Amino acid sequence: MTKIILQLMIAAALLAPASAAPATAQPMDAAGIVGKMQQAFFYPGDSFRARIKMTLKDISGGERFRELTMLRVNMPGGDQKYFMYFHAPGDVRRMAFLVYKYAAKESDRWLFIPALNLVQRIAAKDSQSSFVGSDFSYEDVSGRNIEADTHKLLREEELGGKACYVVESMPKAAAAYKRKVSWIDKTTFLPLREEYYDVQNQLFREFSAEEIKEVDGVPTAMKRSMKNVKSGHQTVVEFSDTKYRLALKAGDFSERALRNPPGSWIK
Amino acid sequence: MKRAWILAALFLFQCRPAGAADSAAGSALDWHGSVLANYATRLGTTRHEKPASGDFLLGEERLQLQLSGTAPGGGPGYFAKTDFLRDETNSQSAVDVREAYLTYARGSLDFRAGRQVHTWGVGDLLFINDLFPKNYAALFSGRPMEYLKTGAGSLKTSFYSDKASLDIIAIPVFEPDQFPTSQSFFLFDPFSQVTNRVEAKPRHDLDNAELAARLYRPILGFDAALYAYRGFFRTPSMEPDSMTAPTKLTIVYPRLAVYGASLQGNAVGGVLSFEAGFYDSRQDIAGTNPLIPNSQTRFLAGYQRSPWADFTAGLQYYGEYMHKYNRYEASFPAGLPKQDRLRQLLTLRLTQFLKYQTWKLSLFSFWSPTDKDFYLIPEAACHVTDELTATVGVNVFGGANNNTFLGQLDKNDNIYLSMRYEF
Repeated sequence: MTKIILQLMIAAALLAPASAAPATAQPMDAAGIVGKMQQAFFYPGDSFRARIKMTLKDISGGERFRELTMLRVNMPGGDQKYFMYFHAPGDVRRMAFLVYKYAAKESDRWLFIPALNLVQRIAAKDSQSSFVGSDFSYEDVSGRNIEADTHKLLREEELGGKACYVVESMPKAAAAYKRKVSWIDKTTFLPLREEYYDVQNQLFREFSAEEIKEVDGVPTAMKRSMKNVKSGHQTVVEFSDTKYRLALKAGDFSERALRNPPGSWIK
Repeated sequence: MKRAWILAALFLFQCRPAGAADSAAGSALDWHGSVLANYATRLGTTRHEKPASGDFLLGEERLQLQLSGTAPGGGPGYFAKTDFLRDETNSQSAVDVREAYLTYARGSLDFRAGRQVHTWGVGDLLFINDLFPKNYAALFSGRPMEYLKTGAGSLKTSFYSDKASLDIIAIPVFEPDQFPTSQSFFLFDPFSQVTNRVEAKPRHDLDNAELAARLYRPILGFDAALYAYRGFFRTPSMEPDSMTAPTKLTIVYPRLAVYGASLQGNAVGGVLSFEAGFYDSRQDIAGTNPLIPNSQTRFLAGYQRSPWADFTAGLQYYGEYMHKYNRYEASFPAGLPKQDRLRQLLTLRLTQFLKYQTWKLSLFSFWSPTDKDFYLIPEAACHVTDELTATVGVNVFGGANNNTFLGQLDKNDNIYLSMRYEF
């Protein structure tokens, strides 16, 4: 009897470090994992700035580029404000885009068109629309409502040497995909890979976080890509000049910023 | 002209395009621009009595240069955009200073002085409180949309606060809207037999300076704004020397004051817009002068939504309600086309992006149930590369009568082509 107890204790002691490796020893539920992923991927650091270079590659090797500066500030209750200023190409240069993202309702979006000095509200209903012609949708850029999908933890496995949760998300209503499988890093909670399946259960879109770096102590996906498996079209996004916890006031995310962006914002 | 080219060349010789590094705050010079080739020709033309320019409504090449910069540490800055153009239809070259202004920002104030484009209001190609200069001839002959708005030499002061923000614009020198002329368009002209015409623009007096203001703030998630304008009708009125046997026409721009409001926000799965303005015709308050427009209330309601990916649809209803219509009717000379008490207009805009937004297919349509006329602009634009865009479109006009705003353009249906390289 004593022997059995001792053996159990030894077994428990041996197992403990492995199961205690992630921050929580408790097995997490799938929605909780996705919630932590969203915090790590879309919300870290209260505010954020990055210069973003997008490379749009078509199957025949043609490349197009988008260069923009993005600023984000978090608001209470999961709301966020985004500001984007376009540096290139020429047809979008000096354009600016302002998004008020709400946890519970459709985003407010405004676009500034410099040639007409026009600030225009944009219909926000369709979050599946392509973001500036890339493989990323608006939803991919600013996040999808966690309640819109049911989440299931499929398994835990390593991806590229990193321990991951593998979570399946299925939209409750009609969406651009039928099923999404995400590999979420157990340590950073960043999505390392996502696979999107269509109604025929065929893989049609792949996301991958290709380079993760700590910026101001926050693990950040500095290089990421989205590939349309069916068309072969791919978009690679690279961050530079990244900074968290900037002295940004939510009130500065306004029409003034669209028409006259502060010089310190758009470098 | 020649000198301007040489100066531009010398200037640019010493610069290079702004790269990623030096477009940062505090760069003294960023330069960009484009080359545009733009042609439009009338379709289904009649053989006789053509306008002087023949079938070509547009045939031009433009080099556009944009220079901008800000002082180190922010604060003052400048922006200049100039077109050097060759008009093939009249074999002339010209320089068009589209914009040239200085900016200065301090605390909650922004100043902008110089030639600049102003746009406000919530209408899509319908303008109620936006009373700034426009070029409708550019729209009707297929120039890129940016040429619909023309710059105005003006001083703009903007004051921002958490409660509300205010823009005040002063335009010292009046500039009329540009409409198609009989030089290149078939147009309705009630006084076609009168060739002696003089234009009498408001004199360059301080008293004639135009003032426009906008006070705006968000209200319950909607963008709300109040507007005021004091100036002149930018659409000309014609004053004959005699109503019975005119020999001379004076083209005038009567005094106008406008007070208005707008509201725009997300609702019912899309964007809802409302705008209204009271047009106070200052030189015909009684409404009895048939040569000067009567006071009106203009209003619009719009709804825009995106039912599927990369597609948007926008619908607008617009009305012009004439006050003191009885007096207008009583004083209006017989034989001339009369306006309705309520002129109505519907617009529909459909836009579909294809192939990663390298293709843009769009349709804009105006249709007036009261004037019984219409205007359609189907267009296809292709981004061949990031730099090169090719656009082809058609302007189709029509109507039951040849004396309404759009109906008179019936014989000017045209196809346009533009190719633009941006650097």
